[in-house]
Amino acid sequence: MTVEKLRLIVEELPPELYSKVRSAKVRGNDLRLVTGIDDLASLAKHIHGAYQAPLVTMHATDDRAAEDCFKLYVILSPKGMDAFVTIIAALEPRSQRFVSLTPQINEADWYEREVQDMFGLEAIGHPDPRPLVLYDDWPQGEHPLRKDFPLDRRPPRVKGEYPFTKVEGEGVYEIPVGPVHAGVIEPGHFRFSVAGEPIINLEVRLGYVHKGIEKISESTPYWRGTHLAERISGDNSVAHSTAYCQTVEALASAEVPERAEYIRTVMLELERIYNLIGDISGIALDTAFSVGAANGYLLREKALNLNECLTGSRLLRSVNVIGGVRKDLSANDREKTLSALVRLKLEFEDLVDLMVTSTSLLDRVETTGRLSTEMAIRLNVVGPVARASGVDRDVRRDHPYAAYDRLNFLVPRGTAGDVNARTRVKIDEVRESFSLIDQALDGMPSGPIRTVVENIPAGEMAMSLVESPRGELVHWILAGKERPYRHKIRDASFCNWLAMEEAVLGNIVPDFPLINKSFNLSYSGNDL
Amino acid sequence: MDEETEKLGEELKRKVREVFGRSLAIREVDAGSCNGCEVEVNSLTNAIHDIERFGLHIVASPRHADMLLVTGPVTRNMEIPLRQTYNATPGPKMVVAMGSCAISGGIYRGSYAVLDGVDKVLPVDVYVPGCPPRPQAIIQGILVALGKMEERKGQRS
Ligand code: SF4
Repeated sequence: MTVEKLRLIVEELPPELYSKVRSAKVRGNDLRLVTGIDDLASLAKHIHGAYQAPLVTMHATDDRAAEDCFKLYVILSPKGMDAFVTIIAALEPRSQRFVSLTPQINEADWYEREVQDMFGLEAIGHPDPRPLVLYDDWPQGEHPLRKDFPLDRRPPRVKGEYPFTKVEGEGVYEIPVGPVHAGVIEPGHFRFSVAGEPIINLEVRLGYVHKGIEKISESTPYWRGTHLAERISGDNSVAHSTAYCQTVEALASAEVPERAEYIRTVMLELERIYNLIGDISGIALDTAFSVGAANGYLLREKALNLNECLTGSRLLRSVNVIGGVRKDLSANDREKTLSALVRLKLEFEDLVDLMVTSTSLLDRVETTGRLSTEMAIRLNVVGPVARASGVDRDVRRDHPYAAYDRLNFLVPRGTAGDVNARTRVKIDEVRESFSLIDQALDGMPSGPIRTVVENIPAGEMAMSLVESPRGELVHWILAGKERPYRHKIRDASFCNWLAMEEAVLGNIVPDFPLINKSFNLSYSGNDL
Repeated sequence: MDEETEKLGEELKRKVREVFGRSLAIREVDAGSCNGCEVEVNSLTNAIHDIERFGLHIVASPRHADMLLVTGPVTRNMEIPLRQTYNATPGPKMVVAMGSCAISGGIYRGSYAVLDGVDKVLPVDVYVPGCPPRPQAIIQGILVALGKMEERKGQRS
């Protein structure tokens, strides 16, 4: 079915584009189109528009050693299909320029800026070509993801300054905040332009916690890559490590035992529960609703304890392994989980009652930090933030993995796109997670929990999408010998930061922490 | 209630009183962590651990802090903000390096974008191992730092 649908995409191409496709192959659920670099933008734009296919990721590889060129990969996800279209285009030999896709596909913006920094390829016509990851004091001509840049090269700092957007006008002033914040949160810089009370512009400057994870992965053997994946965004350890393992398993065409798929599902949902309860408590805290916050954080602590009971790690580390999971869930674990969840569920409902009946809380969250459906789609926002703005997308349902295709769940959605809607969606997602764990524990078949995965063919590529607590994240690997040749990671946060710049407009500065909390994005996952 | 926390906490309370005669102000600095360590620093203030009752206070500004609790391998892009934060902290001050990354760079060690640990940038008093360290381990680390502070005080007088 999928294969035919994908072939149809090729057949339906308008003749002027069809003639530009140099090769078209279907591999699994991925249609791979090779085209010339000058036709990349028009081909991508066509599929993006004709199939309402959001951009899943866009990245480059350095193939100068073998083919004397860099390559670009654009991956799109046609609506209503559990399938992807990968468009591959090689730059001209020795060329370092390509035509920017951003004027046609808005969400390509940050990806292209990243490619510019990390590979030194210039996106011609990009509306905002400033550096994204590398700093003003990073010397020109050094590009970490190039193969001739050694992992441990630490170039000396040079003089430079970041050109922030200037907003001018009578009474407009700037408020710079960060990178070190007042609370215990990750570092990032926010620059507000304010006219009186309302925010008229916000510029988010990230990259402070850039650690070079993609580069590190290129010298990390696959078996160790799981540990690295757990440390991309620490509170999404299971989501990232699942995506990593699934990608490597796909490369090796390995079948993971069914029991392992169920255990992964349980862990993924436990991770969602402690994260989303944390988000909800944070929203209570930032509306000065202390009782709600205290109760919420207590529940989160209980969830972390349950994690530790089952896996030995409060953050569910070392659960995954390529080929399955490391540790089985015993009958005793099952009982423990079920009884802990029964209590947690009741207490969670009490918390929800407390919150949704508090007029002081509602007053702060309603109409605050609105993100319209159109904007959410335009920026390709993902996860609960997108769903709260009415976007109907959830990888667990649309591109099922682990045991999700055997379980029943709803994908909660909102319409208003404000802090209130995001809170409600997160509340409903926690409820669904409780039910998913119940079902997974019930339906879990017996059997092995791990298969041996070997012979990962060099030169092959594979990808995996996982719905993390923050939304869709992506791992894409081009295999090398025993380690990735190139490992592209895209956290959900990378898609959502620009949306926050939009959502705060017209709001007052004191509401910013609340809006920020309702998005709860990862800096580490974004900066890599 | 967590027995380990209670036991450590009571000891901590005594020590804090002895050394400071008031509560201890801690400023947390994320110098490039994966955010796992932040999950546990935040856990310190929930109703189970509730470190405020032992006289530990997580403060918003380094200017009010007696101690910096630093996480992460120190990324290139956080080196300068970290130094600035340290310089803004009044002396005598203590630095606790929390987690494998802060100790040695951890899993990111050797990368172009990190400096392989807090002690490459600042003098570190105590190292707290773990990835991330459990809340009890953080409390214990703070306790050890206080002991060192006391020693130093003794040497001066
Ligand atoms: S020590 Fe571990 S948990 Fe803490 S920041 Fe480093 S990788 Fe993350």
